[in-house]
Amino acid sequence: MMSTNPELEAQIDQWRGYVQRRRAISASDVEEMEDHLREQVTDLTRTGLDDDEAFLVSVKRMGNLDEVSREFAREHSDRLWKQLVLVPEPSDGGARSWRELGVVLALALGAGAAVKIGVELFADEMVVLRNIGLLVLPFLAGYFAWKRKLTWRVGAALLLPFALLAVVLNVYPFEPDGSTLFLAASHSIVALWALISVAYAGGRWRSDARRMDYVRFTGELAIYFVLIALGGGVLIGLTLGTLSLVGVDFEPVLESWILPFCVPGALIVAAWLVEAKQNVVENIAPVLTRVFTPLTIVMLLVFLGVFATTGGLLDVDRELLILMDMVLVLVLCLLLYSISARDSLAPPGLFDVLQLVLVVAALAVDAVTLSAMLTRIAEFGFSANKAAALGLNLVLLVHLAWSAWLSVGFLRGKRPFDPIERWQTRYLPAYAGWALVVVVIFPPVFAFA
Amino acid sequence: MHIDKDLVAASATPLVLGILADGESYGYAIVKRVNELSGGRMQWTDGMLYPLLHRLERLGYVEASWGTSEAGRRRKHYAITQAGRETLADRQQQWSVVADALKQVWQDVQRPPTVAEGWA
Repeated sequence: MMSTNPELEAQIDQWRGYVQRRRAISASDVEEMEDHLREQVTDLTRTGLDDDEAFLVSVKRMGNLDEVSREFAREHSDRLWKQLVLVPEPSDGGARSWRELGVVLALALGAGAAVKIGVELFADEMVVLRNIGLLVLPFLAGYFAWKRKLTWRVGAALLLPFALLAVVLNVYPFEPDGSTLFLAASHSIVALWALISVAYAGGRWRSDARRMDYVRFTGELAIYFVLIALGGGVLIGLTLGTLSLVGVDFEPVLESWILPFCVPGALIVAAWLVEAKQNVVENIAPVLTRVFTPLTIVMLLVFLGVFATTGGLLDVDRELLILMDMVLVLVLCLLLYSISARDSLAPPGLFDVLQLVLVVAALAVDAVTLSAMLTRIAEFGFSANKAAALGLNLVLLVHLAWSAWLSVGFLRGKRPFDPIERWQTRYLPAYAGWALVVVVIFPPVFAFA
Repeated sequence: MHIDKDLVAASATPLVLGILADGESYGYAIVKRVNELSGGRMQWTDGMLYPLLHRLERLGYVEASWGTSEAGRRRKHYAITQAGRETLADRQQQWSVVADALKQVWQDVQRPPTVAEGWA
């Protein structure tokens, strides 16, 4: 009795796909409605309609899907919230999801073991700290290499710069506790992070869209990692408190086992969570930009007001430069994450104006401090720290200034939004390049001091 | 005939419960039964039935179970529960009060000339 008309089947398939996209309608609801639709079609064809007509009438009777899905949402509002299914039901592909969990846990454990072995192997804590990125981040890259099925060629292309960084960090004759050592170690993390972007993009690192995805991933990862760390902190506090009541000293175990394993492990697990949730849960970073953009503008205006009334900066040292770099990085993050979530076709709005105000205010604050700083440097000369901070400041300045220029054009309706977005992603390699300069070229230039 | 949306919504619960009180059924059969009962004059938006059935299930008025249709597809069957029967009886009383009141109003509406005469 069933119609096996392939055309009708194709139409029903299309309809099913269309309904499945509704978040409030679950798979079993779709099944239920599809059964309804098929019954209706069968009944209508018995009355003399052909398949095509019967299908159209049945779909029409099913009602406006927007309204139906709204009704489902009203009944199952939880579905709009709890969409994060970490281990999907084995409807397609069976055991695959459990395998991913296994891979993630193995890599998390591996990252922890690498740190633990590093701690045991190198007696000097500084050696571990300088290599921490080299110890942990390969496991993150490994996760993406597995997830994106990276080719061997891309893998080899990743290993080469990785090896270079490892050699530079460990073979250069750094003075212990010197600033070039600290700079090289901290900037190597940025360079490594850029390398991971290649694995994340599955080798397609030139694609603007993939780069923006990586920016989104980075923001979400940071937030998830912080959340996991907070939760972990609570657990550790409770354990410490309880065990100290019964007279057990928990601290040695905490320091030598739990922290070396859990902190790197949390990074891998956070990456997996972000991957699992990406399409399903709203990104948090862009939401935070909405809150903090106006607040940061207020902060910057206060800075400017204070500079103006106190008549300049009294004590200009490298700390101020680093502070200003951090302000610019903050502004850049606010800019980047709101751009990452903006519909590029939407017309200019109030928030775009606010963003321009933010960037201009940041540039003004930076100009004031930078001019003070430059006279200072002219007087006392460069140190590695000052040069690194100044270089980063310039890299950030170019990024923000050109963004501001592009947004002026966008707000005046002279340019579409797309160039602003593209500028962000195109400029990102500049940071990796600068980081590499600090790691590789700074130490010899500043005599490894 | 077009029936007002609110009226359809208000009558949907007692209709579904009443149909299920006759024996367990499934979505499409319920819609078909409503059509028969109203002589084809009540046209539901079919998709809306399912959120309603789920709501009744959550409230404990009906119980759902998965079975198989004669064509071999999975099909969700609904059966009324004791709580559902109590609700149905309750709704029946409410509706008869409304229907009685309405009946009297309709009778009054049919005699407007006498009222007009009184004013003249």
